[in-house]
Amino acid sequence: MIRLLIGEFREGMVIAFRAIRANKMRSVLTAVGIIIGIVSVTLMGTAIEGLNRAFNRSIAAIGADVLYVQKWPWGGGQDWWTIRNRKDIRLQQSRVLEKQMTLARAISPIMGARRTVKYERKYIESVIVIGTDADFLETVGTDLEFGRFFTAMEADGGRPVCAVGSDIATNLFPSENPIGKTIKVGAFAYRIVGVIVKQGSLLGMESLDNRVYVPLNRFIGQFSSMRGGIQIWVKALNLAEVENAKEEVRGIMRKVRGLSPKQPDDFAINQQEILIQTFNKIGGVIAAVGLFITGLALFVGGIGIMNIMFVSVTERTREIGIRKAIGAPKRTILLQFLIESAALCLVGGLIGIAIAFPLSLIIDQVLPTVMPLSIVFIALVISVFVGVVSGLLPAYRASRLDPVDALRYE
Amino acid sequence: MPTKKRNNHEQPQMGERMPSIIRIQNVAKIYQMGLEEVRALNGIDVEIARNEYVAIMGPSGSGKSTLMNIIGCLDTPTSGLYELNNINVSDLNDNQLARIRNKEIGFVFQTFNLLARSDVLHNVELPLIYGGISSGDRKNLAQEAIERVGLSDRSHHKPNELSGGQRQRVAVARALVTHPSILLADEPTGNLDSKTGEDIMALFDRLHKEGNTIILVTHEADIAAHAHRIVHIRDGKVEKDEKVKNRKIAHAQSVVS
Ligand SMILES: Nc1ncnc2c1ncn2[C@@H]1O[C@H](COP(=O)(O)OP(=O)(O)OP(=O)(O)O)[C@@H](O)[C@H]1O
Ligand SMILES: [Mg+2]
Repeated sequence: MIRLLIGEFREGMVIAFRAIRANKMRSVLTAVGIIIGIVSVTLMGTAIEGLNRAFNRSIAAIGADVLYVQKWPWGGGQDWWTIRNRKDIRLQQSRVLEKQMTLARAISPIMGARRTVKYERKYIESVIVIGTDADFLETVGTDLEFGRFFTAMEADGGRPVCAVGSDIATNLFPSENPIGKTIKVGAFAYRIVGVIVKQGSLLGMESLDNRVYVPLNRFIGQFSSMRGGIQIWVKALNLAEVENAKEEVRGIMRKVRGLSPKQPDDFAINQQEILIQTFNKIGGVIAAVGLFITGLALFVGGIGIMNIMFVSVTERTREIGIRKAIGAPKRTILLQFLIESAALCLVGGLIGIAIAFPLSLIIDQVLPTVMPLSIVFIALVISVFVGVVSGLLPAYRASRLDPVDALRYE
Repeated sequence: MPTKKRNNHEQPQMGERMPSIIRIQNVAKIYQMGLEEVRALNGIDVEIARNEYVAIMGPSGSGKSTLMNIIGCLDTPTSGLYELNNINVSDLNDNQLARIRNKEIGFVFQTFNLLARSDVLHNVELPLIYGGISSGDRKNLAQEAIERVGLSDRSHHKPNELSGGQRQRVAVARALVTHPSILLADEPTGNLDSKTGEDIMALFDRLHKEGNTIILVTHEADIAAHAHRIVHIRDGKVEKDEKVKNRKIAHAQSVVS
């Protein structure tokens, strides 16, 4: 019985590929829908894979245990005007948090601005300049590649020293040691004391390595007024305490901002989680669009395959008659046409993958990634599945042909 | 099961009753064409014994092909009894009929009916594939059958590279390859010139001598004269059933040419 099935299966494969080879053009044209579907599903898979990789590389590196106390919530959702009219978060509030919090490992006030950064003739425009304190590295959990960060004393004294991201270092100092060199941030001179380890970029968002870190006390006055709002970044004691730390921050912030118990928070405590959600949202959109295109293409493609299989059955009525006359049971004929239909789609799937692969290299430019093997496998399984489903009706019709009628067919 | 008639090399003795391999009693085949009924077979009775060599003759439209299709289990009667090897065929379902066609019947058609895209070897192998024979045995059996029809040197030719007579010999090899109980041929020489037709008949004569049961349909008295018995059909009924007195023996050596 097994041997019979293997024999029939092999025969089915031989017939299928012979039929496809005999009608190359027709087969490829018929499989266009399948090809598009497979290109779309593999590219979707690749893009999502890229998203995940980018996510793991940069977001997770920053740490899931950091709370970002800001005026603006990530991911939006609330009324824009209400948020706009909130009072700014002040440096004073950061000091209070530092004094009162028991569940924080490190707290850093943060201000940002964009300036052109210059060294001799070389310059980089629109660099994010961050004013912060000496705890910054501990707060974000990164390391230095060279040198040191500015000290608490330098920070308090508002000394003209800075640490730079690795892109700044390599772009301004392609062949020199940047430590000790003086660069111009906007109109002001700063001496580089350290270079931060490369962190990579995230989903085409601005690179985290294209930044300059200066003492907040110097930032205020040079890049911003004292009245400007800040952010406060709080690193929880550990991951397990993140939610408790969040409650602690909320309590202290509400008190220091003078909110009565009935008033809602007039600040946001942002977390990675929200970024994760945003990520998932983007991934979800890609998946939805991808699945829509894939589904549509496969549906149309499947109907095309069904149509051509009906043609194939009709064309080969006599052959079916011959096979039945010499003893092929219904099951064999059914199997033969199912295999042919599946093989047709499989060829379409392989062509689709061959087309999608170079396209995935383009995605790789924006979103570093490779086409995952699992998606290739899934794509092939989908092709075969579509082939079997759309071949079912034609194959059934073929298997039901009456041998005498089929042999008489011209 | 294919072994049982191969060792039966001697001629049937005259007068001695051989067991019936085919028993057809009062079989009718009725086609409904709109309001009209076409009675292709109208209560026909035939018995054929093992190792008989029977020709069926009759005017066009008399029901010869219909009868052959029923004997070959390609078709089933509307009414009446058909027993093949003492099995009542009307009780069988499609798959069982397919199995009988595969194991018990070798069919040769007027139009050869070979698979155009497959070579000779594969065409001859095909019934064995459906019979679930392992690929090694398949090759041997197929080569043996091809040898019996004298086409060993053409195993890897496609049908369109062969002459009509050679194609029909491939069809005969395919019919023989499973060692069936009966060999059916519906006008096997109808598409061949008379010389090539004689070659094919010589092949049938030899196969009969080797113990095969052969039933063939023909229009030509010349061809029918090879058989031991001629059944004449008219309007779906047996008109005359006669023994052949002056059997024509084809020249066997022309087969191997
Ligand atoms: N599928 C069918 N539908 C309707 N009528 C049919 C069908 N098959 C055969 N017939 C009719 O049955 C009768 C017998 O046909 P059959 O093919 O058996 O004749 P035949 O003796 O083989 O003729 P020929 O010598 O021309 O081959 C004919 O009248 C034919 O028209
Ligand atoms: Mg006929």
